Amino acid sequence: MTIETTKGKYNVIGTRPIRHDGYDKVTGRAIYGADIKLPGLLQGAVLRSPHAHARIKSIDTSAAKALIGVSAVITSADFPGAQDTLIDLGEGAINFRYASNNVMAGDKVLYKGQPVAAVAALDKNTALEAAALIKVDYEILKPVSTVMEALKQGAPIVLEDLEGQDLGEKIDGQTNQANHIRHEFGDVEKGFAEADIVIEREFDTAMVHQGYIEPHNATATWDEEGRVTIWTSTQGSFPTRRQTAGILRLPDSSVKVIPLEIGGGFGGKIPSYLEPVAAILSRETGRPVKLLMERTSVFESTGPTPGTWMSAKVGVKNDGTITAATADLRFDAGAYPGSPVGAGMMCVFSCYDIPNTRIDGYDVVVNKPKTAAYRAPGATQAAYAMETVVDEICEKLGMDPLEFRIKNAAKEGTRRADGPIHPIIGAVETHEAAKASDHWNTPLEKNGPDGKLRGRGIASGYWFNIGLKSAVTISVNEDGTVALTEGSTDIGGSRASIAMMAAEVLGITAEEVRPHVADSEGIGYTDVTGGSRTTYATGYAAHDAAQDVVVQLRERAAKLWDVEVDEIEFANGSYQSKSDPELRLSHKELASKLGSTGGPVVGSASVDPEGAGGAYSTQICDIEIDPETGKTDVIRYTIVQDVGTAIHPAYVEGQMQGAVAQGIGWALNEEYFLNDDGAMVNSSFLDYRMPTSLDLPEIETIIVEVPNPGHPFGVRGVGEVPIVPPVATVANAIHDALGIRLRTTPMNAGSILSALKAKK
Amino acid sequence: MHPFEYVRATSVDEAIAALAKHGERARPLAGGTDVLVMARAGRWELDALVDIKHIPETNVLELGSSEFRLGSAVACYRVYEDEQVAAKFPGLVDSASIIGGVQIQSRAGLGGNLCNASPSGDGICPLIVHTTTCVIAGPNGTREVAAEDFCTGPGRSVLEDGEFLIEMKMPMPQKGFGAAYERFTPRNEMDIAVAGVASSVQLDGDTIVSARVALAAVGPTPILSSAGDFLAGKEATAENISAAAQAASGDASPISDMRGTAEQRIHLVGVLTRRTLERAVERARENN
Repeated sequence: MTIETTKGKYNVIGTRPIRHDGYDKVTGRAIYGADIKLPGLLQGAVLRSPHAHARIKSIDTSAAKALIGVSAVITSADFPGAQDTLIDLGEGAINFRYASNNVMAGDKVLYKGQPVAAVAALDKNTALEAAALIKVDYEILKPVSTVMEALKQGAPIVLEDLEGQDLGEKIDGQTNQANHIRHEFGDVEKGFAEADIVIEREFDTAMVHQGYIEPHNATATWDEEGRVTIWTSTQGSFPTRRQTAGILRLPDSSVKVIPLEIGGGFGGKIPSYLEPVAAILSRETGRPVKLLMERTSVFESTGPTPGTWMSAKVGVKNDGTITAATADLRFDAGAYPGSPVGAGMMCVFSCYDIPNTRIDGYDVVVNKPKTAAYRAPGATQAAYAMETVVDEICEKLGMDPLEFRIKNAAKEGTRRADGPIHPIIGAVETHEAAKASDHWNTPLEKNGPDGKLRGRGIASGYWFNIGLKSAVTISVNEDGTVALTEGSTDIGGSRASIAMMAAEVLGITAEEVRPHVADSEGIGYTDVTGGSRTTYATGYAAHDAAQDVVVQLRERAAKLWDVEVDEIEFANGSYQSKSDPELRLSHKELASKLGSTGGPVVGSASVDPEGAGGAYSTQICDIEIDPETGKTDVIRYTIVQDVGTAIHPAYVEGQMQGAVAQGIGWALNEEYFLNDDGAMVNSSFLDYRMPTSLDLPEIETIIVEVPNPGHPFGVRGVGEVPIVPPVATVANAIHDALGIRLRTTPMNAGSILSALKAKK
Repeated sequence: MHPFEYVRATSVDEAIAALAKHGERARPLAGGTDVLVMARAGRWELDALVDIKHIPETNVLELGSSEFRLGSAVACYRVYEDEQVAAKFPGLVDSASIIGGVQIQSRAGLGGNLCNASPSGDGICPLIVHTTTCVIAGPNGTREVAAEDFCTGPGRSVLEDGEFLIEMKMPMPQKGFGAAYERFTPRNEMDIAVAGVASSVQLDGDTIVSARVALAAVGPTPILSSAGDFLAGKEATAENISAAAQAASGDASPISDMRGTAEQRIHLVGVLTRRTLERAVERARENN
């Protein structure tokens, strides 16, 4: 079901053309990082730490270097030693020195899987054999794996030089607490005193991985002029250039990044892992070097999203008005600071209008891989806490959970708990659409077949979305088609949606626009494909670049007809004289005359828009549980989401469905399972249990369109908010089915059985 | 991984010779769905893979008057796509149709599943409850081992260097016989058993003449439970089946790991024993 608020308004926007990269993708013709072949290419291998926490006493590479076929063996001693500066990557920031140690460990390894050495050889097997010949002498240290353990007095110290902060004050002595920040508004004590019901609960969530199918990869050359070229799978050529240059201590302009097609990222392909290593191996060998990661290393060494400890407390009056709320969010950052706790704090209460709030956030280092962005980073965990407490309150109040959400909904002008005032948002419209949905209005039979029990849950979520920088150029071909060049790597169909926005402005079809993702020297600076910004900001740039083309084509028409430019108007895809109706050329006709009117027309735009506009999603889930085994099946799922304007509705629905699928996996089975030595033991798709198509129902989508005034076509980011509610939604459904409240993820069969046993 | 030799054996003797030549650094290859993955993962040093699936004896799929012969290289799909076999051995179909997905089932067989000797192997317990005899060829001739004695530890079996499994023989089910296998996995497919149970019963009217119950993923090897002996001579009642399920739980000696806790597995063994016994009885009653 689609609420067609854009219906009839646009020619191209809102239609469902075949994506421009579609045939290449389905036929296998598209080029991914693993496909790269270059003359003289060497194959690399990375030796990784088997320990979660250890000091490196020595590394002996002599046997590896002596192996026939080996061209180079490197360790952190071959790296230039990056500077201690913080750099923003769009979704999260990194310190170059930590980033350098994360790609090649210095004196300590901080998690199982951290690189300690790398090899380049004539073939992969030789490289692997050489890596196995490297002798590393470790002094094994006690690891610390969870936030609460890491915050205890006397806990093992992960980073000896970490300068911890607490509410703006530097912490004396060694600590694992990188930061503690707070947002406070109103008077929470007074607010709780006014409440008739106050509920406070604590939560533990497991670290989970994005689970993209394509492993990380990088191929690099370091040439005689000291210029580095990188072929890689990345969410952003420019942020990859930045990280690689920073770690290698080169100027950004000395590094060129060529992005290949990307087989999933979800935030996890923003950090660089292999690029600087491949570059150093190329510097040492004078030949191009390729590194491919195995699945085990993807799990053990690349950015998951934090495990957390959280508490949430909410007070309400008997009429359902929220009077106060507090939250304490403690996120594990992994081995280096920089968890998304700040984003979690921005989202935790943002579905609601709450007069008195306090939010504490802790960023804590532990002996696990450095976390990276994962689709609405931090917001899913926060929503799990808030939305399950809200469910409990609704149960106590005997109030319909949608009515409760509508009554307390954030609206235009509501102050978000962390400060900003909401612009026009679609929280209420989203809840109303959920209330009107077929799913919500179809009663659920509580008893399933074979003694199975059913339940229905509902939860909501918010994500703020970001803008950031994008550049687009559009060249007009003489046949009237246009070539659109952009810098946003295409993860979810963004080529199509960006091309459609240009087509809408130019009065041509989506197919007449050929979008091309350029490398870092082929287009102006463009930030990551992340933060739900690409269709918003790069689409904004495409709109402006197309407008630039229109301005220039009007000038050409004026020149052609020898009239003033002001005489020419552009309407319905045609350039025409205001005074002489005979003077009229379509875009295509005018394009054919460019050669004789001054040469090519190239439009361009560079933007850094600030009106991203937040997004909301409300989700409904029916589950069926076998109480004898704890097995949970999701039998019906509906996602309702405000998307602003759905440029390409099929890809909007794809984002909504994909995020829900990931969220269901997160809720039910996914986790980093660590052994007593702090090492991940389930680093395969067999034992890291993401749902398969057989574990999911058709995910029904309801698109709500409350256009964003901060975008020429009303776009809001759509990729992230859909993963915010699912974990809470499933938890609320489990409660409805069994009467148990699970506050630890994953909510797997074992924990359901334990909770049922405890209930008896 | 080193370069290794690939031997495409076409006779039992050729396979034995190739396996004996390389000793523990040689592995028989049938479907390859375990052996190739493990070789790539560097589980062991590999000098030779001896392909046994072109040997006529390993491809036997034969329903005799008293015996069913199942060659060690017969892929799962041949078991469930053969209507006569599927009708007589629904317990084998239960497992052959859940080992991996369709692609895996087109290569992997129950013989390979047995030789892989994983405690969680879905194919092993159904073989045990069908009273399977394993025929092993080696440098000193052939020998026979009962399926329940085949596995000796996780990934370890009675196979000596130079030996390989040729075929499995099981008695043809008589009237009143039924068997079933069920496992518990968090996902619906493409998963590994947290616990699994196979059960078979021979009924005479409502009396269980004999029964076998075998447990997967709850010990270092698949376990032949005492629940079968407990049921022998008893009526097929809910009460007796419940008691048998309790006995099976008592026989389980699981560990706690990433796939489940010991407590969860012991509980699941009880649930799955009851369910598979009920289904085996139901099938036995249909088979009259």
